[in-house]
Amino acid sequence: MRIPCPFCGARDSREFVFRGDAQPVRPGGDDAGAMFDYLYLRDNPAGAFEELWYHAQGCRNWLRVTRNTVTHAITDARLARPEPAA
Amino acid sequence: MSAQPFRLAHGGLIDRSRTLTFTFDGKSYTGHPGDTLASALLAHGVRLFGRSFKYHRPRGVLTAGSEEPNALVTLREGARAEPNTRATTIELFDGLVATSQNRWPSLGFDLMAVNQLAAPLFVAGFYYKTFMWPAKAWEKLYEPLIRRAAGLGALSGQEDPDHYEHDHAFCDVLVVGAGPAGLIAALDAGRAGLRVVLADEGAMPGGQLLTERVQIDGQDGPAWVAGAIAALSAMPHVRVMRRTTVFGRFDDGEHGAIEQVADHLPVPLPGQPRQRLWKIVARQTILATGATERPIVFDGNDRPGVMLAGAVSTYCNRYGVAPGRRAVVLTASDSGWQTAADLIAAGVTLLAVIDTRAGVPEILTAPIRAAGVPVLTGGQLVAAKGSPLSQVIAADNQGRRHSYAADLLAVAGGWNPQVALAAHLGHKPVWREDIAAYALGAAPADVSAAGAADGVYGLAGAMASARAAVLKAAAALGTALTPAALPAAQDTAHAVSAVWATGPCKAKAFVDFQHDVTASDVTLAVREGYTSVEHLKRYTTLGMATDQGRVSQVNGHGLLAAATGKALAETGTIRARPPVVPVAIGAFGGHHRGRQFRPTRHTASHDWAAARGAVFVDAGQWKRAQWYALPHETTWRQSVDREVHATRNGVGLCDVSTLGKIELIGADVGTLLDRLYINGFAALPVGKARYGLMLREDGFAMDDGTVTRFADDRWFMTTTTANAARVMQHIDFARQVLWPDLDAQAVSVTEQWATYSIAGPRARELLAAALPDSDVSNVALPYMGAVAMRWRGYAARLFRLSFSGELAYELSVPAHLGAALVHHLCDVGTLFGLTPYGTEALGVMRIEKGHPAGNELNGWTTAADLGLGRMASKTKDYIGRIMAGRPALVDPARPRLVGLKPVDGVSAVRAGAHLLRPGATPAPSHDEGYVSSACYSPTLGTPIALALLAHGADRHGEDVVVHDPVRGADVRALVCDPVFFDPAGERLRG
Repeated sequence: MRIPCPFCGARDSREFVFRGDAQPVRPGGDDAGAMFDYLYLRDNPAGAFEELWYHAQGCRNWLRVTRNTVTHAITDARLARPEPAA
Repeated sequence: MSAQPFRLAHGGLIDRSRTLTFTFDGKSYTGHPGDTLASALLAHGVRLFGRSFKYHRPRGVLTAGSEEPNALVTLREGARAEPNTRATTIELFDGLVATSQNRWPSLGFDLMAVNQLAAPLFVAGFYYKTFMWPAKAWEKLYEPLIRRAAGLGALSGQEDPDHYEHDHAFCDVLVVGAGPAGLIAALDAGRAGLRVVLADEGAMPGGQLLTERVQIDGQDGPAWVAGAIAALSAMPHVRVMRRTTVFGRFDDGEHGAIEQVADHLPVPLPGQPRQRLWKIVARQTILATGATERPIVFDGNDRPGVMLAGAVSTYCNRYGVAPGRRAVVLTASDSGWQTAADLIAAGVTLLAVIDTRAGVPEILTAPIRAAGVPVLTGGQLVAAKGSPLSQVIAADNQGRRHSYAADLLAVAGGWNPQVALAAHLGHKPVWREDIAAYALGAAPADVSAAGAADGVYGLAGAMASARAAVLKAAAALGTALTPAALPAAQDTAHAVSAVWATGPCKAKAFVDFQHDVTASDVTLAVREGYTSVEHLKRYTTLGMATDQGRVSQVNGHGLLAAATGKALAETGTIRARPPVVPVAIGAFGGHHRGRQFRPTRHTASHDWAAARGAVFVDAGQWKRAQWYALPHETTWRQSVDREVHATRNGVGLCDVSTLGKIELIGADVGTLLDRLYINGFAALPVGKARYGLMLREDGFAMDDGTVTRFADDRWFMTTTTANAARVMQHIDFARQVLWPDLDAQAVSVTEQWATYSIAGPRARELLAAALPDSDVSNVALPYMGAVAMRWRGYAARLFRLSFSGELAYELSVPAHLGAALVHHLCDVGTLFGLTPYGTEALGVMRIEKGHPAGNELNGWTTAADLGLGRMASKTKDYIGRIMAGRPALVDPARPRLVGLKPVDGVSAVRAGAHLLRPGATPAPSHDEGYVSSACYSPTLGTPIALALLAHGADRHGEDVVVHDPVRGADVRALVCDPVFFDPAGERLRG
């Protein structure tokens, strides 16, 4: 599998570290229930899925990669950090 | 040297001017360059190549290619012996040694052939039926028995003396197979300027142009191929890869290929690998992989001398070998008639041609009849007899029997396009009635099949089909293509009918030769309810051998369809999986073995340490000095005790360069650190260092280290050696994903700094002497202070940090100066008795000081477990804060860090031992914790240990039993504070 890193171009997936679902947002505050959901509750969709990958052997950027979990087709890959306004 | 009685007088792409000598089962034979092991043995009349997997049936050569199921031999001897090598693909070299397999005591006389008598036991699913009871007997009796009786070649058991390497290639178009279709595809794509890789499994490109007697552009096949290869070689953007088999297709255009760099040589050339594993990334793939001929199932169809018709033609035309003297052709396809013509041309006596089809065009039969050969259309094959083959019994369309004293039976059951590569990503081949085979069907956007792989068997048609495939690929790539006229060629007849079996099939009629699956196994499986192709495969093991069912699979499906009354379009075919051909594990390992299994990292002063007698230990990829043995020291303990004593009473030097080091820059680094560590950092003054503990988000301790502030916006973090990469990733996650609004950059500088710890009561004196320009007084550089300075003109950093509990400093210089610094410190240090110490002494001193390290930061411990709970800030959020408050993580009954001393003062307390209350039965329910780190303390003169003990913080002064049933007896130990030495910390502040 090859991942189109927006910084490095299409690279071998072995350069990357997979983290998982990109959707959960870390809750602030003291709500243990919300933190539990953030940590442990995950959907497992068949189809398009936005997930986090770390280009550990490359530019060290965290990426949001949209990958189809059925076909492995990658339709989008962008930096997790919002791009600075031009 | 023996003669080659079956070698034809003329023809073949072999170099008759040179003779090669080789041995098979100890007997000497000869051949020529261009031969395979199979063709050379056939030239000598050798028919018997091996014994079958289950029944030990004698077997000969079936094919002339990589799909060979029968003629598997062990190639070479000793450590280079390679079992299960296909004799049909082994290029002959001088001195080649091969042996047959799966026979005892000899190939000709095999005692295990009695398995045939027990054949009723070995039917489909016999594993599941026969060896069920008693369960105990499976391990002791049945499995060893089956393993000895059934099987293929054996590994040498010695280390492989050759090496294997990995490489990558990138292209616009990957063309797999260099037959006429592949050559046209590569020429077209190359001429359009596309980057092309053309990979062919053989030594000689050309495919069917080498094996069939054809004319192309007025030339014979091999001559045209030579011209095409020359044209391709002249294009710098085209790479022709010989002896390279593309064995798998993966996501995003990645292909696995194995290049047999030196398998055709006795040993690899100096500096060359034996094989090279390629990852070829292609934007478009054209499968010009050809088609594999199908056998036909009949009684005795596995007799040595029964051979696929295409293979017979190949041996005649390419190798100049007659695979027999008196031949019969059995065909269900037009191509069998071509073989009949080839046999006549080769001077073989053709006894009969039997076509299972009733209506065979006159154009095919007429030339054969004209040669005086009997033709049976609408015939059947009743049985093949003799080992090797001596009699063929056929029936004509009236049911009359005909017997032929034949030593060769050429079988043409039709052709299966080789589209397994396209199926690797889940594409399902479809049944095509017109060619009676499964083919690619509606291809994925980035794959095409061309020529025989697309079911187009004629030469002109194959080239036109390749042209169409290139046009599709070029369109997908946005490249304009203006193709030249295709070479002139004729199409031959290639009609085929779907015939799977012929004759009674009552005795041994094989579907899968390599796994000994018979027609009756298939019908039995169907009777027992295994009616899907995937169930059939698993129940009978049809197609599960090393040949991946390339010759057997579709016949099995045909018989299944017939038995279930389904159409082949309905049954479908099994899902092909990589690899197409067996690939040695060594090729996947590549250079990653032995010392090169993973990178070895040396610190800047590695050579200095080695010269000082260091014994190294692996710390991740790093080599760290474990201790420095002096010549008179005979045990490691002597060295370690000396190093500890010297450091506690004088001054020691330790290379701590392997610690992870991260430089952080930005206005918000303090805020980021506050969120990464449980304790506060934002208020840390410039020039100060602080110890910190990080948690994972689930509340468990992750890593510890120090952070030093060198300017308002410039910070320096250390991590443990083991977690350096993980912490870097964690920080990047925090600053890029969790809090991208923070102004904080981070970069690993682990390899940029060489760092040495100078510890002991005389550390300051030594440093003052070694760094005369720096003020190292307690006022200028107090405990936990840090200064940026220069050493020999380069940036350097001096920290007042202590892991040992002594007055201690860490001095960092750019890595290229590390060795120079160590030599300088040692030169100055002779006055002070400076003693280098390794990780063992470091470990002893940190246990004496009760510092948690890797054994305690093991992923199961919380800050409170480690006695660090009070560090946790109550006034800020940080990663892991909420989850660390879960009830189970704040349970006072959790194991907490304590110290242990043996009550008798001498018994060793071993790490890993479990803790029990005195008098408790050793049982998991009474387990109260475990010893995490242990050592002999030369400072205290007694063994000591750190342990994690339930309610540990409240049990200082109690006795526990250290239970170690594996390594020794129980030891009574006293629970104490984990800080054994200088609990007030006076030494490190002095």
